[in-house]
Amino acid sequence: MADDQQIVVEKPAPGEIIAPGYTFSTITDQISSVVLTRKTPLFWFAAFGFGGSLLMLFLLAVTVLLAKGVGIWGIRTPVMWGFAITNFVWWIGIGHAGTLISAILLLLNQSWRNSINRFAEAMTLFAVACAGMFPLLHMGRPWLFYWMMPYPNTMGIEPQFRSPLVWDVFAVSTYATVSLLFWFVGLMPDLGTLRDRTKNPIGRAIYGILAMGWRGSARHWSVYETATLLLAGLATPLVLSVHTVVSFDFTIAIVPGWHSTFFPPYFVAGAIYSGFAMVLALAIPLRSVYGLQGLITDKHLDNCGKIMLATGWIVAYAYMLELFGAWYGGNTYEQAAFWHRMTGPYAIQYWSLVACNIVAPQFLWFKRVRSSPVLLFIASIVVLVGMWLERFMIIVSSLAQDFLPSSWGIFQATRWDWATYLGTIGLFLFLFFLFVRALPMISIFEVRTLLPQAKVSKEGKR
Amino acid sequence: MAQIFPKSANAIARMSVYGAIFVLIFVGWAFDALNRSAYNTRAFMAREQPIPFSHAHHVGGLGLDCRYCHTSVESSSFANVPPTKTCMNCHSQIWSTSPMLEPVRASFRTGQSIRWTRVHDLPDFVYFNHSIHVAKGVGCESCHGRVDKMPLMWQHASLQMDWCLDCHRNPEKVLRPQAFITTMGYQPAGDQEEIGRRLMSENHIQDARVLTSCSTCHR
Repeated sequence: MADDQQIVVEKPAPGEIIAPGYTFSTITDQISSVVLTRKTPLFWFAAFGFGGSLLMLFLLAVTVLLAKGVGIWGIRTPVMWGFAITNFVWWIGIGHAGTLISAILLLLNQSWRNSINRFAEAMTLFAVACAGMFPLLHMGRPWLFYWMMPYPNTMGIEPQFRSPLVWDVFAVSTYATVSLLFWFVGLMPDLGTLRDRTKNPIGRAIYGILAMGWRGSARHWSVYETATLLLAGLATPLVLSVHTVVSFDFTIAIVPGWHSTFFPPYFVAGAIYSGFAMVLALAIPLRSVYGLQGLITDKHLDNCGKIMLATGWIVAYAYMLELFGAWYGGNTYEQAAFWHRMTGPYAIQYWSLVACNIVAPQFLWFKRVRSSPVLLFIASIVVLVGMWLERFMIIVSSLAQDFLPSSWGIFQATRWDWATYLGTIGLFLFLFFLFVRALPMISIFEVRTLLPQAKVSKEGKR
Repeated sequence: MAQIFPKSANAIARMSVYGAIFVLIFVGWAFDALNRSAYNTRAFMAREQPIPFSHAHHVGGLGLDCRYCHTSVESSSFANVPPTKTCMNCHSQIWSTSPMLEPVRASFRTGQSIRWTRVHDLPDFVYFNHSIHVAKGVGCESCHGRVDKMPLMWQHASLQMDWCLDCHRNPEKVLRPQAFITTMGYQPAGDQEEIGRRLMSENHIQDARVLTSCSTCHR
């Protein structure tokens, strides 16, 4: 087996999605060596340790929360949703890019997705896990979460099916299940590769169990292809439906600033926007640390940048439409809500979100920005911050100042709000770097299909 | 390359995939059954009392009306446990030297209440009112069962919420005329549904939407 010094990676020509000079075996060698043979880089320990420390902070925050109740957060009447629901929407949105890459781009035959779908799907899973924490903890008595499910119970009642909060439960749990299945099915051939290559007997047993007897026979591949297409077909509507349902949490209510019909597409675009930002924020450091520029090429980053630009414009359009709707609709309360956003106690956050989400991404028009990993990385972090501010703005400013001035109030985040939020970032990084260490972060067999050798002509088939 | 797993691994893998469904269903069923069981609700379990007071003897045998002892049931949320004086109304005259009744006499002498064990104890987050149920035509028997046949008191029902809702959703199935409120072994003179519906309108009982509203019981 070749170690990494022997893998010659030439710089790919611009516009190529895989560097020249790769063969089937060098692809397998390079990706599996990250898990099996190469020395774990210092960067991994640093990132894993950083995530792990924040995870400890999360455990502390949750322990205090369970001991004292949700009052440790800054949620006070009228802003009862505060950080918890902001973070929930933010995380679940981030997950969407993974599903879009793995399902929609698969159905659309976008072969460049093959190099980034694996870790994007992992990102989806971990983001959904982080997202799920918040509604659960926000319940105050998370151990009774199963009351949200319809099951035969001694109370003789069912969940309120007219509530979008119950739809959320189904949307998010379906999403988590399908994402997990899709990710796991897609991993199976690669788990077989790792099982066959590892020299560690325990690793062989674990990869062996997870590979579920994958032998790579023609029958296996045929079943695999069918399963992937079916799962992609299942996952595709989820990209649109999950965040649509999340947006219903707001639109079904009559709170000014929430009660709009265009929230579903606006939320979905925002979700994909922040999701691609997260994909870039993960891909750029990973490919330079592990020397994967030949597989995740500048073309991939360029494409992600373009998607960010496009979805960023949809989001910008939504902001404008929101203001236009408030003005054109003539509803005093709606107009006041947006006036408060722009000039009220949350004006700083509002204008920062405009700067982060609308102004900053305009630099992505320039090819030079899109071809610079450093600038793209900065842009993606800016967009992630901007999208978080957007959710904060929608939730907090709308609740803080609704119809009656006598019931207005300002949200003050406590340190436990921050600890829980940063804690889930820790949980995300912890899980993600665990994944990078233990599983192939790029799909080996799918990248192999990108090689010219993999293109079988009709004559060759016969 | 040598095989990592023996051939039997195939069978085990298949069994575990299919078996998981049945195991999960069984665990769910077992949990639900345990939750509803008398072991959990303590229904039909006679409770030890400081004095083995027999409702079967006093109600079934002697024919005392429930309200002779539980005087506040028509006017208060709580159907009171009678004071020792109520016992002594009779037991100062009959069985007045019975050793079994010595704790009653001791309580009367000292003024210390008898510490009865409470049998029907609803959770504190439920607002339950006896007087409204009695006034609207829910008989004692409907919730407490055939008290005239209980030597020691036991819970006749699970006291779980779905049991409450059984009646709150269909009150006409249990209502009876005021004359029979404390009757044990009541048989409706005619069609119960018809009588129940008539009593519902006579007693101004609101529809199931009000009766099953959360804040009707959880205030």
